[in-house]
Amino acid sequence: MIRAKAVEWIAQIRNGRSVYLIGVLGYIVAALLLMNWLGQPGMRAVAWYPLIFALAFAAFLGSLLVIYYAPLSVALKALLSLAILLVLLPILGVRNTFLLEIATQAGIFAAMAIGLNIVVGFAGLLDLGYVAFYAVGAYLWAIFGSPQANIAFGTNRFPLEPEWFFPFLFLAVGVAALTGILLGLPVLRLRGDYLAIVTLAFGEVIRVIVNNLDKPINLTNGPQGIRPVQRPPLFFKPWLHALGIRLDDPTLYALYFYFLVLLVIGFAIWMARRLENSWVGRAWTAIREDELAAQAMGIPLVRMKLAAFATGASFAGAMGMIFAAKQYFINPESFTFMESIGILVMVILGGMGSIPGSIVGAVLLTILNLQILKGLSQMLNALRQAGVVIPLINFPLSQWPTQLEPAKYERLVFGILLVLMMILRPQGLIPERRHRLELAEAMGREEGLERLPAEEELPPVVPAPEVKPARD
Amino acid sequence: MRGKLSESLLYQALVVPLIQLFVFVAISLLVIGSIILLLAVLFNRPVAGGITLLQFVVRTLPQVAIDGLVIGFLYAMIALGYTMVYGVLQFINFAHGEIFMVGAFIGVELMLALAIPSTAPLMLIMAGILLAVAAGMVGSGLLAVAIERIAYRPLRGAPRLVPLISAIGVSFFLQDAVRALEGLLNNAFYRNYPSFPILNQQIPIAAFTVAGEPVQMQIQAKVLFIIFASLLMLTGLNFVVNATRLGRAIRAVAQDRPTAALMGVNVDRIIMLTFLLGGALGGATGVLYGIRIGRIDPYLGFIPGIKAFTAAVLGGIGNITGAMLGGIVLGVLEGFAGAYLSQFTGGAFGTEYKDIFAFMILILILMFRPTGLLGEQVGQKA
Amino acid sequence: MKFSRILMALTVFSLLLAACAPAATPTPTQAPAAPAATPTPAVKGTIKIATQSPLSGGQAALGEGIKNGAQLAIEQLKGPIEALGFKVELVPFDDQAKPDVGVANAKQLVNDPDILAVIGHLNSGVAIPASETYKDYDLVMVSPANTNPCITDRGYLVTNRVCGRDDVQGAVAAEFAFNELKVKTAFVIHDKTPYGQGVAEFFKKRFEELGGQVLGFEGTEEKANFDPLITAIQAVNPELIFFGGIYDQAGVFFKQAREKGVKAIFLGPDGMDSSELAKIAGDAVVGMYYTTVAAPPTVYEGAKKFIEDYKAKFGRDPEPFSAQAYDATAIVLKAIEAAIQEAGGQKPSRRAVAEKVRATKDFQGITGVITFDERGDPVKAKYFVIKVVSGKPEDWGKNELVKTLELEPPPLTPELKAACGVK
Repeated sequence: MIRAKAVEWIAQIRNGRSVYLIGVLGYIVAALLLMNWLGQPGMRAVAWYPLIFALAFAAFLGSLLVIYYAPLSVALKALLSLAILLVLLPILGVRNTFLLEIATQAGIFAAMAIGLNIVVGFAGLLDLGYVAFYAVGAYLWAIFGSPQANIAFGTNRFPLEPEWFFPFLFLAVGVAALTGILLGLPVLRLRGDYLAIVTLAFGEVIRVIVNNLDKPINLTNGPQGIRPVQRPPLFFKPWLHALGIRLDDPTLYALYFYFLVLLVIGFAIWMARRLENSWVGRAWTAIREDELAAQAMGIPLVRMKLAAFATGASFAGAMGMIFAAKQYFINPESFTFMESIGILVMVILGGMGSIPGSIVGAVLLTILNLQILKGLSQMLNALRQAGVVIPLINFPLSQWPTQLEPAKYERLVFGILLVLMMILRPQGLIPERRHRLELAEAMGREEGLERLPAEEELPPVVPAPEVKPARD
Repeated sequence: MRGKLSESLLYQALVVPLIQLFVFVAISLLVIGSIILLLAVLFNRPVAGGITLLQFVVRTLPQVAIDGLVIGFLYAMIALGYTMVYGVLQFINFAHGEIFMVGAFIGVELMLALAIPSTAPLMLIMAGILLAVAAGMVGSGLLAVAIERIAYRPLRGAPRLVPLISAIGVSFFLQDAVRALEGLLNNAFYRNYPSFPILNQQIPIAAFTVAGEPVQMQIQAKVLFIIFASLLMLTGLNFVVNATRLGRAIRAVAQDRPTAALMGVNVDRIIMLTFLLGGALGGATGVLYGIRIGRIDPYLGFIPGIKAFTAAVLGGIGNITGAMLGGIVLGVLEGFAGAYLSQFTGGAFGTEYKDIFAFMILILILMFRPTGLLGEQVGQKA
Repeated sequence: MKFSRILMALTVFSLLLAACAPAATPTPTQAPAAPAATPTPAVKGTIKIATQSPLSGGQAALGEGIKNGAQLAIEQLKGPIEALGFKVELVPFDDQAKPDVGVANAKQLVNDPDILAVIGHLNSGVAIPASETYKDYDLVMVSPANTNPCITDRGYLVTNRVCGRDDVQGAVAAEFAFNELKVKTAFVIHDKTPYGQGVAEFFKKRFEELGGQVLGFEGTEEKANFDPLITAIQAVNPELIFFGGIYDQAGVFFKQAREKGVKAIFLGPDGMDSSELAKIAGDAVVGMYYTTVAAPPTVYEGAKKFIEDYKAKFGRDPEPFSAQAYDATAIVLKAIEAAIQEAGGQKPSRRAVAEKVRATKDFQGITGVITFDERGDPVKAKYFVIKVVSGKPEDWGKNELVKTLELEPPPLTPELKAACGVK
């Protein structure tokens, strides 16, 4: 076996396919070197630091994309990606936990984007209240994993022990799915626009309820939020000590959540892929393209739509619970319409119906919000303190009003992204084939149309047999 | 023959809608008021301050009704913008709430620039406000046209989802763009409308006792002005849509776009004018809303936008009288919910739930009677 | 084919980058931009002090005041630390008065090893969750304005404040209302934040203890239309209305209430203390009272120079809490200086700075003498009751100081600790 493999490898190298491998490895090494160089003590003083750092991190994560597209064998791709995600990133993260924070947050959004993609991209139901399911998952754990339940129910057994976290995760998935079904029931008959507004309304209803449920029973503590929320147990700590790795608790927790999120994303991708290519996925595609025809073909509309809502909701619920545990404190402000639209932008940016697209969209947008916009603000601040003046118009940066700092203009960025994407590239960055064809056909654009790949060649046309008119 | 025709047209276009409006107002107030009184009688018990629930309701009912009515008129006017665009394009203009907000900001900037002293004679103040309203109308109308041109027209043939998402994008963009602009100009994105004591004074309407309870009804001068202005606009729009050639063209495009095009109607131009009209109305409402509230910020358009859409759907989307009715009913319901929910439930559900009211109504209407109270008036999809 | 071209380009680019990177490793002077940011060879490093306060939004006036106060303090008092060989810088953060933003900022700033202290926040609801992050990284926070008891009642090493607390402030307000204003009935409103609700609850408790009657206790986040609330208030006709919240919301409420004919006396906590309140509400707030833990700087004897310097640098009168921010920063600077000396001239650890801050004793600040007790509260804090005399924003500094008290915080009991979520 090994001999055969070795022969194969050597043949590959001889074929020249290794040039791709070298290229990919080179890219990864370069990104690492860049991050290392930026991590040096003196670098922080440079004004451009936050921005370059953000771009470097994005480039580093972009290596995953490069691997995805490289014409290498699947095993090699998997090996490289796992090496980056499971080894390299944690090592970088231990030195700077903010990286882990961004990666974890991006991961949470990625899983949610995949979930929303199922609802919007696969089934074609524009859900603008997706954050409601996120909130349900988060508050479920927050209430029972903190003293809040004692206040609400007058008991004494809460908060639950950390060991309850994983069973509760399954419960959160179930409860969120149930909520998805409940929310889906009233909107079954509605068309696109109305569906969107009603789901928006639902999202707002959940937010207002969560914001006000401090009476009659204090379930959510209203706008003050719930704190402290129990975290999952560090069961692997003794194993790490045995290996001689000693890290402080905050770093351990950061790593812990990072790996947990990776696990959930992995599961989400697997699930979404399976659904996409199953009869459920095809039923959704049929519903998306023409509801009436789908119904006529015997597809059970109600069940399929509810299934879409439930599946999407369950991802959000799981991530909500992880988010609550990670943040240690949650309040209703994290569950506004902005969040719903944020996830929608990620899906749109990446490409509706496209799973890698959702991940790319989520990572890009998270880095944009958490690092680039903030980095621009910090850069501005550093330049301002240094007394820098914009040369051509002689405008001292100290006069730049605080109101105009980039970190506050997330909405602006979202808005522009949405409009531009819709006008210029509605199929997204990594289009899913079917969507691209649908959109191109609908909007009458030639550039989107593409020949179908050879595997779907139609059978050769057989000329119809001549029919002689019957003579009686 | 001609005289009689125009006379009947005037009657149709002006008087009938006003009568309809009054009838709606009266019926909704009566119905909802009676329900509240009934509930108060059924669940009567002492509330804070040493009075009973019934006493509380009786003392405050007329005032709450008036307050609810005022909000209702404002919602009605915003709803008109939604309903017109939906009637013509079968498309929810998500950005309409922001167009309304921009109108409010244009108004405040103009009024602050005019710097009318607070002790000026009433005529001068009114002139200033009228100018602000006009500016708001023009500004918002033009903005609406620009949005249509840039963000909606290129997407006209696209599947439903696409222009909707684009509209959401425009809405977000406007919110922060106004914030940035205000921040640049004034270093703060909250703006305060100038306050005029002569408009803020309360004009007592009536004071009587009902079953031993003192009841006071009073209305603020500026609220009177708002009601008057909204009546003007409602009837004006009704007139334009039902009695002018432009209105006929709009109705034609709304009813059947391809045929209207075949009949020689310039569809693009009509759509642009629809947006202009809807935007102008939204802008005027923005200025009036700003005068009423006093303090505006770039995010004030979001929730009233959803509520106004609810109102439009409640009355029957595409139907102008429906939008008016929906707005009034919603406003009154919200006013009552806001004032009484807390007392009725003993503090369990406070005034914040009044926002949910509108949303629950939306959901219920779309579930059980999607065509609204007065029925839809939309054509087939183009 | 397209992909391989991309990959070729990427490979070339990455190889170039990898080649350049090691060469550029040594001094930051090779990097582009910022002139003054380049450290000179004699400097051992940079020490940064961060501020977190709302720099945008409705409460920006107060937040900017905090930032400016800290900035002034750093400029005037950094001498000793610079003599020891460290550059001192201010890093302002905008928490937008939102807990999420505050926590996100906190997570970012704890990863900058140069930041040794945080001056902030303005809102207790933001400070409490953010300080959980600070605690994990031993980063000390000295607050000029957070009055909620839970800031220090959790017993962390890193949380301190230079101002008073709401459990005392609410009681002061209640006693003033009952004993001096002689009102027997009150209606209490709060803004549903930990700060507003907290102080409102303390007011209610004390008022009822004294024998007063609270006719209503309502929380609202409403910013624009208070009609339903005002109607409910008018139905019960209280003599006094207590608004536990901040001026941007309270101002609108007071204005609308007066317009509708409400005649009750208005009373509020330190969130009312801003000229913006007069700007929003105008004459509606003339004759109202508010309690505060930070009097106008004119009240403090040591603050005269501060007022002049502030005006010279920022072009306007110091806002409330700017003097407190100045003192908080001064305390931190002194603590850092002591920690550097203890570390033998090296950059101190965050824990060392935190311990030195907590050990502050008899510090002569411009707002008074400050000593921290075992949980970070000043052993004796001043509370003031102030009456608004004019509806003009420019006359806010002329408000009449009606009463001054100096009180100790209540002792730390396990119940207090538990009430703040710590077992």
